[in-house]
Amino acid sequence: MDMTTTRPKTKRKHQRLVLILLAIAAMLGGVLLAMSALKGQAAYFYTPAEAIAAKVEPGRAVRLGGMVEGGSLKRAADGVTISFRLTDGKASVPATFSGITPDLFKENGGAIAEGAFDASGTFRATNILAKHDERYMPREMEGIKYDPNTHKVSAAKP
Amino acid sequence: MIAEAGLAALWLAATLAGLQLLLAWSAVAKGNEDARRLIRPIAVAQGVLTCLALALLITLFLRSDMSVLLVAENSHSMKPFIYKFAGAWGNHEGSMLLWVAVMSAAGAAVALFERGLDQRTHVATLGAQAAISLGFYAFLLFASNPFARLNPAPADGQGLNPLLQDPGLAFHPPTLYLGYVGLSVAFSFAVGALLTRQVDARFARAVRPWVLGAWILLTLGITAGSYWAYYELGWGGWWFWDPVENASLMPWLAATALLHSATVLATRDALRAWTVMLSVVAFAMSMVGTFLVRSGILTSVHAFAVDPTRGTFILALLGLYIGGALALFALRVHTVNEGSRFDPVSREAMLVLNNLLLCVILGLVLIGTLYPLLTEMMGVRVSVGPPYFNTIIGPITIALMAVLVVGPLLRWRHDDPRKLLRRVTPSIALAVLALAAALILSAGRIGWLPALGFAAAGAVAIASVLPLWKRNLLRTPMFTYGMVLAHLGCAVSLAGMAAESSFSSEKLAAARPGDTFEIAGQTVRFDSVIPIAGPNWTAMQASLTVSRDGEVIGTARPQARFFSDPPTPTTESVQMTHWNGQLYLVLGDQLEDGRWQLRIWWKPFVTLIWAGGALIAIGGALALIGRVRRERRHKVQARKPARERFA
Repeated sequence: MDMTTTRPKTKRKHQRLVLILLAIAAMLGGVLLAMSALKGQAAYFYTPAEAIAAKVEPGRAVRLGGMVEGGSLKRAADGVTISFRLTDGKASVPATFSGITPDLFKENGGAIAEGAFDASGTFRATNILAKHDERYMPREMEGIKYDPNTHKVSAAKP
Repeated sequence: MIAEAGLAALWLAATLAGLQLLLAWSAVAKGNEDARRLIRPIAVAQGVLTCLALALLITLFLRSDMSVLLVAENSHSMKPFIYKFAGAWGNHEGSMLLWVAVMSAAGAAVALFERGLDQRTHVATLGAQAAISLGFYAFLLFASNPFARLNPAPADGQGLNPLLQDPGLAFHPPTLYLGYVGLSVAFSFAVGALLTRQVDARFARAVRPWVLGAWILLTLGITAGSYWAYYELGWGGWWFWDPVENASLMPWLAATALLHSATVLATRDALRAWTVMLSVVAFAMSMVGTFLVRSGILTSVHAFAVDPTRGTFILALLGLYIGGALALFALRVHTVNEGSRFDPVSREAMLVLNNLLLCVILGLVLIGTLYPLLTEMMGVRVSVGPPYFNTIIGPITIALMAVLVVGPLLRWRHDDPRKLLRRVTPSIALAVLALAAALILSAGRIGWLPALGFAAAGAVAIASVLPLWKRNLLRTPMFTYGMVLAHLGCAVSLAGMAAESSFSSEKLAAARPGDTFEIAGQTVRFDSVIPIAGPNWTAMQASLTVSRDGEVIGTARPQARFFSDPPTPTTESVQMTHWNGQLYLVLGDQLEDGRWQLRIWWKPFVTLIWAGGALIAIGGALALIGRVRRERRHKVQARKPARERFA
């Protein structure tokens, strides 16, 4: 049944080599692309203090995570725009958002805002993720504790 | 007794798998004929036993036998029938039993129906399948026994999270699992072919139906999952680059590449080593997906550290199988002769490009998904999100589509570049038209990626049906229609994505009953909000009347719902589908002054995204049926003269 014909291999080596080189080049290119993209984008999550320290340039899409400072949440007259301050205990950043906030978005609660800083240093959020229920928390917020009385945040690192 | 019978069936099946492995070794290495004859019935018995175990677990769930730990933890006697039934695999242990049952049923099918391979390779394949199964039996029996008893039995179960009581969710995981398992069969074929040094077109023909089947199911699973996230989360998005989504996308990408390279191997006997390699990669991606979803590592590296047994077990299996297969590949690759040659301008060459681009996308998704886990282990929290994925995967996908425009129009082995140019002219013309239309309609405000998306969609739409040009449509084989439909599906889906991301409009307001809004030529009137109650929830329900040119075209009733146990608020959005898009309506909170927050999107042609996914799956199904039918016809023809000769 088995009839593996042995063909002359002299010329064939060449094409196989080209294909292997192509594959290696594609993989290398992919890895380089990923690394350069990760360098630019992976520092995608910041706490307010980190964002200030890193001088995140205006307009760059980032995630900003922290606690909504007690007493800072205000609603504009249009009923859908809110302004608040996000804090990590070391620094606090003003933020605005237009939209329907998640059900568990409240003062002294954890939240992650997706968006970008504007030129004046206000964070313009396009999306807000809040602690969803008792079990689920946005990955980045895990282990962060906040004391509403002292505004102290203990960012428990793993 | 039922639980004990189920456990016994599992142990027996595991023993048979061990026996199958030993016999296969004896038959392949020593040429033992008796061993070879025994393998088929054993593989079939193994499939029957695990399916029996699964049926018994479902029986336990249907009878609400609370003395079984798994039932008590995941079911409730008052649950609707369908969720008792689906609840059997709506948990870790049950889903792994489902995995094992499907896997050994697939093994039985390979034993019964595969006739194209030579016997030694067939037996080696069954041996490889037994080796994989053994690992999963061990996982099931030692780390996640679905039949464990609970003493004393509680009066009733703990029920299922109300959010998970969704018909879509009941059948979404099994669809993906079936796809993963199909890729395990492809892996076994590859290992079998390497063991007996029979990597050739026959191997590709044997493996292709399994890859196609797995690929169809993965396509359906991903499409359904995307639509579920779209309507259930109320955010209006259809893909979030969430690790769970990526876990299903990666095997799909590998399967897509494998599908195309297996076609080259089956038709032209080229890309032998590469196809084998892809079979290994595809199964590795299934295991990575299972590991990501099942280990708890996604919620956090720490959640994984709390109960590391299961995750470590899957990781060990992954290392064992993939490492073993790669070692075998390295040892045997020099025995795999290079197949037929082809020119740089040929269909093979384009399929090589397709494979390279798909693999690069796969690698980028894999890196983006694993990178946060790796850095978290080193104590740094990062998050890799849409900015990473969209900016690098978008352009490569466009390049892949460009290859798709050219590939199917080329001849195998060698083609004339000038003739090719003439053949792709209509596609390029439509691409330019689509690009111009998009730029004019959006007044130049469209992003460059969606703009290229429109151009690619236009080109692919034409290019996908061109293979039917000037052909006798009645005599065109079914698998050609399958290819045409699947490629057309890519164009449809791409058009939907580009339209949604560039032409969506949004209205966000705090409204009182009686207020009206204008969006995309439609008028939405906010009529009222009333409280209503369901079996285990209460809700505020808005009533919105939608009209166009003074004519009422429908009423939408989005809700803000509150489940009592466990206390969970959810938003129940409403989608009103028109031929040219969807109106997406969400009810938000009530403000102190009595106004209600309303969010309304107009998403033009968004439904094309999932319609395209469905087209791709239907195309795959046509190809599968067409291929299987042709193989059977060929075999009948091949057998006839043989019989005459022996007569």
